[in-house]
Amino acid sequence: MAAIELKGLTKVYPGGVKALDSLDLEIPDGEFFALLGPSGCGKTTLLRTIAGLETATGGAIVIGDRDVTGVQPGARDVAMVFQDYALFPHMDVTDNIAYPLRIKKVAKAARAEKAREVGERLGLAHLMDRRPGQLSGGQQQRVALARVMATQAQAFLFDEPLSNLDARLRLEARTFLKKLQRELGVTTVFVTHDQAEALAMADRMAVMENGLIRQIGTPAEVFQRPANTFVASFIGSTPMNLLDGQVRGERLEVAGCKLPVPSSVEGRLSEGEQIVYGVRPEYMTYSAEPVEGAFGGRVSIMENLGAAHLVTLEVNDTLVQVVVPEGSEPPLGAEGFAVPKDGRALVYRDGNVV
Amino acid sequence: MAQATSHPKARYSADAAGLGTPRAAAFIAPAMALIAVFLVFPALWVIYLGLTNYRLTGLAAAEPQFVGLDNFVKAVSDEGFWNSAWLTVQFVLGSAVIGQVVLGFTIAWLLRDRQGPLKRVVEGLVILAWILPGAVVSFLWIALLDRDGGTLNALLGIPGFAWLLDHPMLSIIIFNTWRGTAFSMMLYGAALGNVPPSHLESARLAGASGWQQLRDVVFPHIRGHILTNLLLISLWTFNDFTPFLLTAGGPDHKSEVLAVHVYNVALRGGELGFGAAVSTIILLINLVVAVFYLRLLRRKS
Repeated sequence: MAAIELKGLTKVYPGGVKALDSLDLEIPDGEFFALLGPSGCGKTTLLRTIAGLETATGGAIVIGDRDVTGVQPGARDVAMVFQDYALFPHMDVTDNIAYPLRIKKVAKAARAEKAREVGERLGLAHLMDRRPGQLSGGQQQRVALARVMATQAQAFLFDEPLSNLDARLRLEARTFLKKLQRELGVTTVFVTHDQAEALAMADRMAVMENGLIRQIGTPAEVFQRPANTFVASFIGSTPMNLLDGQVRGERLEVAGCKLPVPSSVEGRLSEGEQIVYGVRPEYMTYSAEPVEGAFGGRVSIMENLGAAHLVTLEVNDTLVQVVVPEGSEPPLGAEGFAVPKDGRALVYRDGNVV
Repeated sequence: MAQATSHPKARYSADAAGLGTPRAAAFIAPAMALIAVFLVFPALWVIYLGLTNYRLTGLAAAEPQFVGLDNFVKAVSDEGFWNSAWLTVQFVLGSAVIGQVVLGFTIAWLLRDRQGPLKRVVEGLVILAWILPGAVVSFLWIALLDRDGGTLNALLGIPGFAWLLDHPMLSIIIFNTWRGTAFSMMLYGAALGNVPPSHLESARLAGASGWQQLRDVVFPHIRGHILTNLLLISLWTFNDFTPFLLTAGGPDHKSEVLAVHVYNVALRGGELGFGAAVSTIILLINLVVAVFYLRLLRRKS
């Protein structure tokens, strides 16, 4: 088990595409770390570069105390779960789990014993003689995890570990993976494009865009205080309200409404400045009565979120969304007011949080 | 629809096109007629001829006599036949199984991730050897291997070395490897494209060497391709007549593979009946080889 450190890591593909742009990142020993971003942001390239499947163009990768930048993948002492699990179809579960040990020339009996032990732990005991083709998606995933565990590597790398499971199983596997990682305590980096997955599983996460890390933090930090408008719009199951506004004296004028300046940015804004006002629908309360310092408008759309409703208010031709708990849904077309909670509203200047 | 789901087998109707048996039969009749005339009938005719003393010229040409299994007995007790059979085994193993498969796979493996001019040039050259007409390549190889004015001797600086006379089998084996590698190369090129990259990467992360990656990932994945390839090129090489154009079976029957043997016996020697019997034996050997490979192919990996 070891920490992973990236120093100025750069990857340029032939043809000049910059997949990783001088990244610095430290992942402490035992952390469950998520790389999150839209497709093409470089998250998978970063994972593969840590694994050694891609060679870095510049910078350094340190695992534990060892600089592994130029080391072959097989000698880096990391293990990886691939998106398609990459189980060998002609080998049974035992042989698949024991494969890395076989390459390391562990005796046959010892590696079969290890495979059985790990397989048992992951609930595969009755499947050890099956071929991957005879297993369900969830079972295949556990075999891939077992293979990684059997290696006793310094760090685990998961490439979209849940994306090949159906929606129901994905939620179960999420809990299972998080529990397993906690028990094993092995430094684990996983890649995902699903922000809910990253928020749910990771101890810390990095949000990436175009080969750059746009924010690093705990899920709570990233959710509550997105460092820039990209992260703000990418994180959250309901999109954050990001509205153009202007500083007017002691108030902010946003979508034709006068709102109080959030206490966190008090005294740091100048008169007349153009800003972007950001507040999550979850961080506003709905009121049917007129309220001072709130968005006032007409209820135009209602979306059912299960235990709550997402209400879209039409505020002077701008759409503002607010989450309303069940039981207090307003009727369509009604006059409504959305009050931002102080301390949760953010102000962005030139795309970055103030 | 409800019926179809309750009886899954019923979805695949015996008459999917809705033609009815008579019209369907009418569609395949022309093809069947051609196959019957040009394939089935000659094959049966050869079997019949093998049971007679039919000759190209002379009395037996006018009135062939039925001689039963005499020709077959003669063939299997003939030293020339066994010599040819042994040479054919060498030819098939040497030029097809070892030469074309190994060389074709090696080229495909080395070029698998490459792009650009090197790949195109190598593939182009290999395929060129395959698509040129037999008469042309034979002429080129005779020019290459010629004792006095040959290109190879000029390159090696050993004028007067008679490749086709001193090493006839080696010459035709190398010739046929050169000529046929393209097929295996292309087949393996396509097969390697189907090996999931993540499987190779998984093996690399486990620390597998190049050979271990081939053994544990690539070969199990392309097993079916390998067997199909072996079947096809074994049969093609077994029946290949091109060696005749280089050595005509000589010198002294030293390169007379079975296909050439039949030609020499039947058409040059004039013993059509005997030649037909040898052809029938070749047909049977081909069948055995085909069944052997198909069995392997069908067996679950």
